Amino acid sequence: MTTVENAVATPVRIGGVRGGPDAPTLRTDRWWVGPAITVTVLVAFVAYTTWAIFVNRDYYVGAAAHRDLISPFYSPCIMASCVAGAKGTFFVINWWHITPALIVLAGPLPFRLTCYYYRRAYYRSFWLSPPACAVADAHRRYSGETRFPLILQNAHRYFFYLAAIFNVILTIDAVVAFRLPGQGGIGVSVGTIVLVVNAASLWLYSLSCHAARHLCGGQLRSFSKSRVRYRLWRLLSPLNARHMQIAWFSLIVVALADLYVRLVASGAFHDPKLF
Amino acid sequence: MEIETQRYDVVVIGAGGAGLRAAIEARSRGLKTALVCKSLLGKAHTVMAEGGIAAAMRHVYEEDSWQVHFRDTMRGGKMLNNWRMAQLHAQEAPDRVYELEAWGALFDRTADGRILQRDFGGHRYARLAHVGDRTGLEMIRTLQQKAVASDIDVFMECKILRLLTDGDGQIAGAVGYWRPTGEPVLFVAKAIVLATGGAGKSWKYTSNSWECTGDGHAMALWAGANLIDMEFVQFHPTGMVWPLSVRGLLVTEGVRGDGGVLRNAEGKRFMFDYVAEMFRAETADSEEEADRWYTDHAGARRPPDLLPRDEVARAINAEVKAGRGSPHGGVFLDIASRRSPEYIRRRLPSMYHQFMELAGVDITKEPMEVGPTCHYFMGGVRVDPDTAATAVPGLFAAGEVAGGMHGSNRLGGNSLSDLLVFGRRAGAGASDYAEGRSQVGTVDRAEVDAIVEEAMAPFARSSGENPYALHSDLQETMQSLVGIIRTGSELDTAIEQLDVLRDRASRVAVDGPRRYNPAWNLATDLPAMLTVSRCVALAARERKESRGGHTRDDYPTADPQLGKVNFVLSQPGGDGWSAEIKVAPEPIPEMPADLRALLEESH
Amino acid sequence: MDVTMRVWRGDETGGEFRDYTLPAHEGEVVLDVIHRLQATQAPDLACRWNCKAGKCGSCSAEINGKPRLMCMTRMDHLPEGPVTVAPMRTFPIIRDLVTDVSFNFEMAKLVPPFAPPPPGPGGYRMQQIDIQRGQEFRKCIECFMCQDVCHVIRDHEENKQYYAGPRLFIRYAELEMHPLDTNDRRELVRQKMGLGMCNITKCCTEVCPEQIKITDNAIIPLKERAVDAAYDPIAWLGRKILRRHKRSPAEAQAVGR
Repeated sequence: MTTVENAVATPVRIGGVRGGPDAPTLRTDRWWVGPAITVTVLVAFVAYTTWAIFVNRDYYVGAAAHRDLISPFYSPCIMASCVAGAKGTFFVINWWHITPALIVLAGPLPFRLTCYYYRRAYYRSFWLSPPACAVADAHRRYSGETRFPLILQNAHRYFFYLAAIFNVILTIDAVVAFRLPGQGGIGVSVGTIVLVVNAASLWLYSLSCHAARHLCGGQLRSFSKSRVRYRLWRLLSPLNARHMQIAWFSLIVVALADLYVRLVASGAFHDPKLF
Repeated sequence: MEIETQRYDVVVIGAGGAGLRAAIEARSRGLKTALVCKSLLGKAHTVMAEGGIAAAMRHVYEEDSWQVHFRDTMRGGKMLNNWRMAQLHAQEAPDRVYELEAWGALFDRTADGRILQRDFGGHRYARLAHVGDRTGLEMIRTLQQKAVASDIDVFMECKILRLLTDGDGQIAGAVGYWRPTGEPVLFVAKAIVLATGGAGKSWKYTSNSWECTGDGHAMALWAGANLIDMEFVQFHPTGMVWPLSVRGLLVTEGVRGDGGVLRNAEGKRFMFDYVAEMFRAETADSEEEADRWYTDHAGARRPPDLLPRDEVARAINAEVKAGRGSPHGGVFLDIASRRSPEYIRRRLPSMYHQFMELAGVDITKEPMEVGPTCHYFMGGVRVDPDTAATAVPGLFAAGEVAGGMHGSNRLGGNSLSDLLVFGRRAGAGASDYAEGRSQVGTVDRAEVDAIVEEAMAPFARSSGENPYALHSDLQETMQSLVGIIRTGSELDTAIEQLDVLRDRASRVAVDGPRRYNPAWNLATDLPAMLTVSRCVALAARERKESRGGHTRDDYPTADPQLGKVNFVLSQPGGDGWSAEIKVAPEPIPEMPADLRALLEESH
Repeated sequence: MDVTMRVWRGDETGGEFRDYTLPAHEGEVVLDVIHRLQATQAPDLACRWNCKAGKCGSCSAEINGKPRLMCMTRMDHLPEGPVTVAPMRTFPIIRDLVTDVSFNFEMAKLVPPFAPPPPGPGGYRMQQIDIQRGQEFRKCIECFMCQDVCHVIRDHEENKQYYAGPRLFIRYAELEMHPLDTNDRRELVRQKMGLGMCNITKCCTEVCPEQIKITDNAIIPLKERAVDAAYDPIAWLGRKILRRHKRSPAEAQAVGR
């Protein structure tokens, strides 16, 4: 694999004297506000998620609470240790003993980690490379995404496929949340809506992703030769333009969905039935 | 004094559309080619062209043909055009456009995948190949990329001061300096192509950039070539008028081609009152007919807003003079009330952006304020139509610096096609000349040293004239006395003032280093600006009639006798930019009967 | 009312900010003020400009620390206080506000050119939908502010040898999306032009005066194309088995093997 080390240098002049003062930045506006907000929100999310994953309880609202709700962090719950009702029946992992949420994380987490938007967010806010435009990089050496481990960012599309499987499962969870356990029939509660919004925002996040836009049609040289894929591309491109907003929205929604299920499951309050 | 010397078969001066096309042609013939430009590559004034490239490709209207394009061009130029140039231009323009496409240009498309063509003033059919309102940028980028891929040596930010001829009057080379270092450089060449563009920077309100100082016009004159039609300066009818700092900035004719109309302060579409006899038969006489034309060219006549530029500019001038102008001294150009915001943003993105950013005006909601702005030199170096050769053996000229093609007024869209057609012909002409020449001419080192010394002289003066002040005074003179409407007495005054400015220019002093010194750079541009300004004033004084881009208050009508002559300028006194300039009328070339017949057909 | 301009004056031997105070005029842009400075207080103040209409991309500078076109930055849109004007940081200084931008022209020379097939009898046919992506990139006015702001070379001079920069990435993207082009430049861009150096922090998009979505519409699609070409395990396996490299002659030459 070619890396920066073995690539042949381009014959350009380097090492010329630069103009302007030797200052990290000349910006006087509050450029650090954006990265600071990113850090705050992401740290809060990671802290909450870590706790929610390892607490390993209150993630399922079963028939006892007359509603089938499962936290998105714990679905699909395929470990033997899962609480009854949350567990699938046709595929059960018996050798896994710590929190089931950890294995669930294996799909969506790398998808978000390699997401083109989140990369921008954490390279700027955490890695400070650069913290903001025209503000100096905090690192002396820089090799971008050409080396291990960052070269793995190129696997984004495979994590997109993987995350899509989880989206299907969470969609099934949302559909199941319409079911009224015990007596049967269909109804809607706040919990149902929470899971539906959660599934929808995760689909929006996946479909607005740059890999999806490329795979559905962006990779074509000539759109007119493949009208169907062009139409798909036209459909996804406006979503893609809002990928950043959707990324934040879906991140917060998924945490809130977990929180909601957790609160109902712990008995803090009753999931209100709407109709 | 040792001086950096570059040896080439063909040296092209100017890297706008014409220069690039000429260099590509010369290089494709295998000649060692240099392209010299005052700015960075790709920044030439061609990028400012917005509307499109006129070429009778018949993609939108089957009825179009080179004959109709020829006829439109001749009528637009009030029959003063060099017929052969107009003919070659109309015939070859389509091939030049297809060529750009093959080099990677992405023109807007028709539904069946061909190059889309748009309407423009003075063109009978929708004829302009375009890319939104940034056609010039597309053209220069395409040519630039082609030139880079063809291995042409580009000398950027290099100002050429003078051309050199050898003992028997053949071109031998050119002397200039590098702007980044201020060091002189000598080009020795078998043939030289001038493609330096216009000289609009001598006017105060102009759409031209700082580069348009008439270097090529002046250098050709000094080297012994002739200039023709210098009195014809096109004032584009629609330049921005407010804020003051952007006054003169171009508003594309495409606004009117896409449905915009001109209104005075009373909201009236005044252009209906200014239709000259010559255009009455083919111009709509009611707003209803004019509006219908946009969708039905066959069933309706064209709106008067799309008359040739000289007509529209004069009309706007008259409205403002009559007190019916807009608050800042222009008229209103209204597309907001006539087209949807989406349409406007899609068709005219850079106009939208320009007004939004610079004037705080949303053109999808409000009308624009516009007024005439100095835009284009119809006149220029007299050339042979087929080879672009000038009177100086080995010197060629193409593009705005060459004269004759556009007569007394240029149609919008004809300049980009002019650049391509005659850029290529100049490149070919120069290549033929260079191939036929075994040796480069000898350069007189004393002459070179004298030119360099003269250029450096402002540094030697401890005190003297400020070049910026001098430039500003020149602009004031040309704007107020040699503007859109002229009179004999004002032209006399202008020439007297130009004498004074010439004296002052010989006393210019600058300070600081030679390296990228804008005051000095301007000082070295002044001789050409003053020479060209003088040429315009002299020729304007001689042409005692109103025709095309030249309007005389004291001779308000066209004189049929003067319609048969070009005024030719020469500097027989030889070297030195202060030598006297001679003006002489010469009959225009006789047009063959078959072409004459085309003009006489009603449509 | 007066404005204070804090302008960088100097060359490769060093320099400093110098303050100039002059009266404010209505509707002016930064370039107008610089021009008035030249005409009155600082005749030799070097600055590059051409069209003064945001169409040529000559007057790029760092205004209050941010890359902007001087001709499109209204004075009344800037915050109160002195206006700092400095040259582009990434390129070697020539003098004052003028820098040596030849890096960009050198990189442009390395692009394998557009290579269409010979036209059919009716000429080339392309639909509007086929060229609209390329048209966005061709709005580029080569102001080189994206190159200037890109930290890959702004903060790491040594990377210039391995990095074409956003301006050239949109050029590669345009060619890769051109319906008629027959060259394949994906491996060249990945291996030699430093596509992987870009960490999509989007500053190029932020500063683009033409509002080209450089990152979303050019660089990321290029990265995805590089994945198609280089990191797709199935394609990789196929190449290993068949020992075939799908590469155009121009690219093979440019990659150098």
